[in-house]
Amino acid sequence: MEFVQQLVNGISLGSIYALIALGYTMVYGIVKLINFAHGDVFMVGAFVGFYAITILDMSFFPALILAMVVCALFGILVERIAYKPLRNATRIAALITAIGVSLLIEYGVIYFRGAQPEAYPGDVLPTSSIDIFGVAISSQSLFILTISIVLMVILQFIVHKTKIGKAMRAVSFDAEAARLMGINVDNTISATFAIGSALAGAAGVIFGTYYIKIEPLMGVLPGLKAFVAAVLGGIGIIPGAMVGGLLLGLIESLVSAFGYSLWRDAVAFVVLILILIFLPSGLFGKNRREKV
Amino acid sequence: MLKVKNVNVFYGNIQAIRDVSLEVNEGEIVTLIGANGAGKSTLLKTVSGLLKPKQGQIVYEGKTINGKAAQTIVKQGISHVPEGRRIFANMSVEENLELGAFLRKDKAGIREDMEKVYELFPRLLERLKQQAGTLSGGEQQMLAMGRALMARPRLLLLDEPSMGLAPLLVKTIFRIIEEINKTGTTILLVEQNANLALSIAHRAYVVETGRIVLSGSAEELTASEQVKMAYLGGH
Ligand SMILES: Nc1ncnc2c1ncn2[C@@H]1O[C@H](COP(=O)(O)OP(=O)(O)OP(=O)(O)O)[C@@H](O)[C@H]1O
Ligand SMILES: [Mg+2]
Repeated sequence: MEFVQQLVNGISLGSIYALIALGYTMVYGIVKLINFAHGDVFMVGAFVGFYAITILDMSFFPALILAMVVCALFGILVERIAYKPLRNATRIAALITAIGVSLLIEYGVIYFRGAQPEAYPGDVLPTSSIDIFGVAISSQSLFILTISIVLMVILQFIVHKTKIGKAMRAVSFDAEAARLMGINVDNTISATFAIGSALAGAAGVIFGTYYIKIEPLMGVLPGLKAFVAAVLGGIGIIPGAMVGGLLLGLIESLVSAFGYSLWRDAVAFVVLILILIFLPSGLFGKNRREKV
Repeated sequence: MLKVKNVNVFYGNIQAIRDVSLEVNEGEIVTLIGANGAGKSTLLKTVSGLLKPKQGQIVYEGKTINGKAAQTIVKQGISHVPEGRRIFANMSVEENLELGAFLRKDKAGIREDMEKVYELFPRLLERLKQQAGTLSGGEQQMLAMGRALMARPRLLLLDEPSMGLAPLLVKTIFRIIEEINKTGTTILLVEQNANLALSIAHRAYVVETGRIVLSGSAEELTASEQVKMAYLGGH
């Protein structure tokens, strides 16, 4: 029953990828920028959660919310300072800036607190194993999955039912037409960065709780993999990022389960290459045709 | 109601509008006619705040609006139906209409205006939940106009509403434009189909390479040799 446990691990890992991938895909959808600093927002969230729990003595949920709020503000700040001035610049200029911002955040954190890793306290969430059909499943995995699902449901609600969500979809589709509706494009872009970054922050706290060890460069690999997940689902498409993340987590865990755990990290990039060759617009992407 | 005074608009170094002045009075349908690339769309975009004029002034209901953000201008009562409709194809017809009322908070008034839009365009009511991108070209034009009306504008800017539509549908659309005008909405209409535009307009301006070269009442311009030669198929 090792296999089922691996499956559960895969889903937990996948839901973390999915939360990060959502930010990539939302930001790409609205400003057509691959925000390579997004993985570092995830790292910042993990640290905010860590300090909230250890120094401020918070329990899991307050720490989660604090990390989400801090990351949301941080995301807005990064957009306003680094990306907004480049809104009409070439894509490559924005991309290089994003890489610069990523390095700045990573080494900024190292500058202020050092490069040493930190360990989340083990008792943030109760650990027990639940017996389902004779298989022991850790309650933490289920908990993580539940939180991720709740966050994604909230996100879907925001995007489809609220005014700001409709504004986000309108700006993503046609920013100039959105302006003609009276939508403030700058504020809508800020809101998108805020929501995407808050989800990455939540992913950071969840990651710390589940995998214990956090360090300033921890965002690099999950960030890249979440990017792969976003491309897998179809960049710019929100349900695509959710499915892409879960799928990637599952694939990785299965690769480990079959004894190729050394290949775990490589697998994500094999997936990226395959997708780019065979299905460049992703699982959920369709080549839109527009009426003239 | 709207006064454009000596406006110059540039795209980078290219000047698209040269020292244009025009006026739209309350209750009128005013049309801008001109060939491709004359600068008609540019002028509308400048009025609605998508573009900023380099020089000149635009005054709407006594207030200077040039340089203001597009959202401020919508709020002051100018709606712009852009060239090519630019509906949100990935959203439903209903959501498109809701977005038209984005700045409004008066729920009852919004409902009322929705009903009015359905009256003008019954086809939209039949297709409320349909994805806007799957509408026919004519229905998309209706949606674009309905969406603009949802802001309850006092001045409506229409950019080539007849583009790509079958003659019969064009007639319908123009009849509706007249209807909208009769209910008290002032209209600035850009058209390549000069015949049709002049048939419903009170006054007209002729634009050539960024300048206004002729203006007058619709009757005067319909009778003018110059306009006949260039825009009415020259008889
Ligand atoms: N985004 C832009 N960048 C540079 N030049 C532009 C841009 N948009 C329009 N132009 C130029 O400005 C001039 C006026 O264009 P505009 O679209 O206003 O013409 P128009 O009268 O609306 O034409 P049409 O009837 O074909 O719609 C054209 O020469 C066009 O090439
Ligand atoms: Mg035009």
